[in-house]
This record gives sequence, structure tokens and C-alpha cells, in this order.
Amino acid sequence: MRRKIVPYLLILPGGLWLLIFLVVPLVYMASVSTMTGDVVNGFLQTFHFANYGQALAAYKTQFLRSVGYGLAGTILTIVLAYPMAYWIAFKGGARKSTYLLLVLLPFFVSFVLRTVSWKFLLADDGILLGPLKDLGVLPQDFHILATTVAVIGGLTYNYLPFMVLPIYVALERVDPRVVEASQDLYATRAQSFAKIVFPLSLPGVFAGVLMTFVPMTSDYVNASILGGPANTMIGNIIQTEYLVNNDYPAGAALSFTLMAVMLIGIFVYAKALGTENVLEAAAR
Amino acid sequence: MSGPVSPALPTRAAAGEATEQATPGAPRRPRARWGDRLLFGYTWLILLWLFAPILVMIAFGFNDTRSKSNVTWQGFTLKWWGRLGEYPDLTTAVLNSIGIGLLATLITTVLGTLLGIALGRYRFRGQGPTNLIMFAAISSPELVMGASLLSLFVSLGVQTGYATIVLAHVLFSVSFVAVTVRARVVGMDGSIEEAARDLGASTWVTFWRVTFPMILPGVVSGALLAFALSIDDFVITQFTSGATITFPLWIYGAVRIGVPPQVNILGTLIFAVGVVIAVVNTVTSRRRV
Repeated sequence: MRRKIVPYLLILPGGLWLLIFLVVPLVYMASVSTMTGDVVNGFLQTFHFANYGQALAAYKTQFLRSVGYGLAGTILTIVLAYPMAYWIAFKGGARKSTYLLLVLLPFFVSFVLRTVSWKFLLADDGILLGPLKDLGVLPQDFHILATTVAVIGGLTYNYLPFMVLPIYVALERVDPRVVEASQDLYATRAQSFAKIVFPLSLPGVFAGVLMTFVPMTSDYVNASILGGPANTMIGNIIQTEYLVNNDYPAGAALSFTLMAVMLIGIFVYAKALGTENVLEAAAR
Repeated sequence: MSGPVSPALPTRAAAGEATEQATPGAPRRPRARWGDRLLFGYTWLILLWLFAPILVMIAFGFNDTRSKSNVTWQGFTLKWWGRLGEYPDLTTAVLNSIGIGLLATLITTVLGTLLGIALGRYRFRGQGPTNLIMFAAISSPELVMGASLLSLFVSLGVQTGYATIVLAHVLFSVSFVAVTVRARVVGMDGSIEEAARDLGASTWVTFWRVTFPMILPGVVSGALLAFALSIDDFVITQFTSGATITFPLWIYGAVRIGVPPQVNILGTLIFAVGVVIAVVNTVTSRRRV
């Protein structure tokens, strides 16, 4: 009997923390999203579902743009991260952990500061574009900041390690004897990659997509520091509704829609793969 | 970061030459090695990209800039090191970040370790829902977590500030610690604990003398992860901060008016401490294995 309650005692503090500060606020936010009123006179629950329609109609562009940026950034991180993860996993040898450490080290600089550094690097007269313009390689009015390229580039930069690590973990688990066996059976290198290594690495790619697509789509720091007025993402709108306009119902309706879209996608995704595997990959 | 680069290149090239001589006639080998070399160069190119803004950050802490916009190189100076405390609110922000990080790490590590042990060791009803909530905490957008917490705080009349930031940081990092510890618990050899019990150790003594030392590496890396997540965080912090300012929040606020070189130096110092801790952790954990 005593042993039976031990696990419950162990999960109680952490479980309660998650329940009170994650689940309760989410449920409450769903309720806020149908309230009406303003910050001075207070908000009242009137089941005003039109909040959703209004918010979506007003910010459809930003919603679609965020999903587009998130998709573009995710695809770019896969393309950029895969060859690197492959090389570290199969050719890294004794230096594997050193390379992984190098991939992780940039995290010790706050991502806001790294993004600000990119802003300096890419500034119109900064250390990268300035000399090129002086040499006449680039026209004087050339700029990267405040463009779509800058925002997607920033997103890709900031989330690349989250793609490298899970792909690396999956590739590391590939048994080299399986690859050897395929070559003994006269597969070419390209064939054994396409038929053996790549399919075995797919769980890593899936975990990486989970780790990058959601935060990229809901990001507002890159758009705010590197982008211009034409690059506003849904995160910028939600942040403004909450912290500047104090229009909590509109902000809640937008956040709830964003979360619903993301979570439905994730759960469909995780169901196909098994929650435990995705969590395990996420922890690495 | 040029340190590890220079020794790696010659060793690699030397190894390549040696194998080339060993297999002179094989037709497929040289092509394969070209591919490897290409991938090797590519990997370093990506690493250079990852470090580019950090190198810029470090360099511009030594920039003899006159105006507040620290964008173009004006010459080398050490003067900013002497004027590190010029902005009192910046100093406060850095101290807040460190204090919040330590406090959040302490709470997160205790809660996360307990969760990890429960999930790794026991089979019990409610395991599925617990996993599901942890999964939701890891995969929910930070923006949504921050927004929903603020909705609740506003309606309850809770004043946001230092305490609510700590609360939020524990919330988003506790699952990561739990998963890290669980992986360690699952990989543990249960027969050692049985042996301890056979030798007459009580449950309590077995835990502290046998189980805990064995899961300690998992706990330590979980704690480091929690601290790194906390000190780096911006989004949830912005939603739950009220009037309290942390280091990333101060920088974000300074972007429009110009980021002073002191920020670069403080960033460099935090980076240096992080690098030392990470290297020590890697070396000691390698020795343990």
C-alpha cells in the first residue's frame, strides 16, 4: 500500500505546478477570448464569439505570413542541418562531442543579443554591406534589413541547433552493420543512403520539425528586430494586443487560435510517432 | 573560437593522405573522400555562421565608438571595461537575470527530478496524463504560455514581477529536467539497489547512498539546461515581468535607441562563464563514463 502512493507523492509538486500554471491559464484564456469590455471598466464574460471572427479577419495576413515564414524556416533548417548532423554522426569520430558542444555554445549568448548582433552585421552601412558598397559590388541602396530574407534568415539561424541535435541523435543510432550489409548486397553509396540511412533518420527530422516549426511560427523577436512593417508576424500582433493595447480578449482569441492550430498539428504528428519518442528526442 | 579550428585541419588532412597511400587502386574510395571533405568544410562553414554574431558581439565590446550606435568599427579600446557599471539599470537587469536563473533552477531541479524518478521507476495510473501535460509544456508556444499566464494574473489582480518570472521559468523548464532525469533512471541497473536492500539498507539510505549518486549526472545536466533556458528567455519573461527588467529585456528595449558596448562586454562575460561550465561538464561526464 505504501509503495503504491510513492509515485503520486513524487509527481505531486511538479504535476500541480504544471496543472495550476499551464492548464488553468489556458482554460482561463479560452474564457477571456469571448469576453467584452475594456481595461478601465473591466472585462465581462458575454460569450462574444465574434471576437474570433473580428481578430481573424483583421489579422489574416499576419497569420498566413507567420505560417509561411515558419514553413520556409523549417525547410531551410532541415536542408542546412542534415548534412552537418550526418557528418558529425558518421565522420566525427572521437571529436563527436566536441562538435556537438560547438553547435550548442552559441546558446550561452542570449538569443536577443545574437539577433541584435545580426542587425549590426547586416546594417546598411555595417561591417558586411558597407565595404561591399564602397567597392561597388553592391548598389548603394541595397539593403537586407527590413526584408523577408532577413526575418526568415534570422529564424533559421536561431533555431538551427534544434534541428541538428535530433537528426544527429537519430543518425547516431543507425547501426553501421546495417549499412555494411546493404553494401555487401551491392547497393551503391547513394542507394544505401536513400534506402537505409535516410528512412532511419526520419524520426529525428520529425522531432526537429516539432522543435522548430512551432517556436518559429509564433516568434516575434526576429520580425521585430530584423524585419520591417511588411514582415509583421502574428506574434507581434498578440504581443501588442496584450502589452500595448491591453485588449486582452482580442489577444486571447488570437493566441488561442494559434495554439489550437499548432497543438492539433502536433498531436496528429505525435500520435503517428509515439509521444515518448518525441519527448526523448526533445530532451537531447 | 579559432582554437579548435587550427589543430583540427592539419590532423584531418594528414589522416586523409595516409589512407590515400594505403589504398592506391580502389576507384570508389577517392570520390567518397571528396564527399567527406566537402561535408567537413560545410560543417565548419555552418559553425562559422553560428558563431558569426558572437564574434561580432565580442569584437564590438572593444570598439572605440563615440555615438550610441555601435555599428561601424572605430578602433580598439579597453575603456568600456572600466565603464561597465555606467548604466545602473543595466547592472540591475543582469543581476536580476542571474538571481531569477538560480532561483528558478533550484525549484525546477527539485520538481523535475521527482517527476523524472516517478516516471522512470514506477508504473502507475495517471502516467499517461502526466506525460501528456509535460509534452504540452514542452511543445506549447512560449508566446501562448506567456499570454495565458498574463490573462490569469490580470484577472486575479496579481502584480507581475520577479516572483511571476520565476514561476513562469520553472513552468517551461521543469519538463526538460524531468525528461533528462527519467532517461538516466531508465538506463540504471536496478540490481545494484536490490543488492543494497539485501545488505540491510533502508529505502531512505538506499536512495541517498545508491540511487541518487547514480542519477546525479542526469540531475546536473538537467539543472544546467534549466539555468541556460532561464537566463536566455525573452518571450515568457516579457509577458510576466511587470516592472522588473532582465538582461534580454533591457537589450530589446535598447535596440531602437542604440545598444551600448557595455552590453557586448556583459554578453561576452556570460558567454565565457557558460563556455567554461559546459567544457568542465563535458570533460567530467566523459571521465565518469
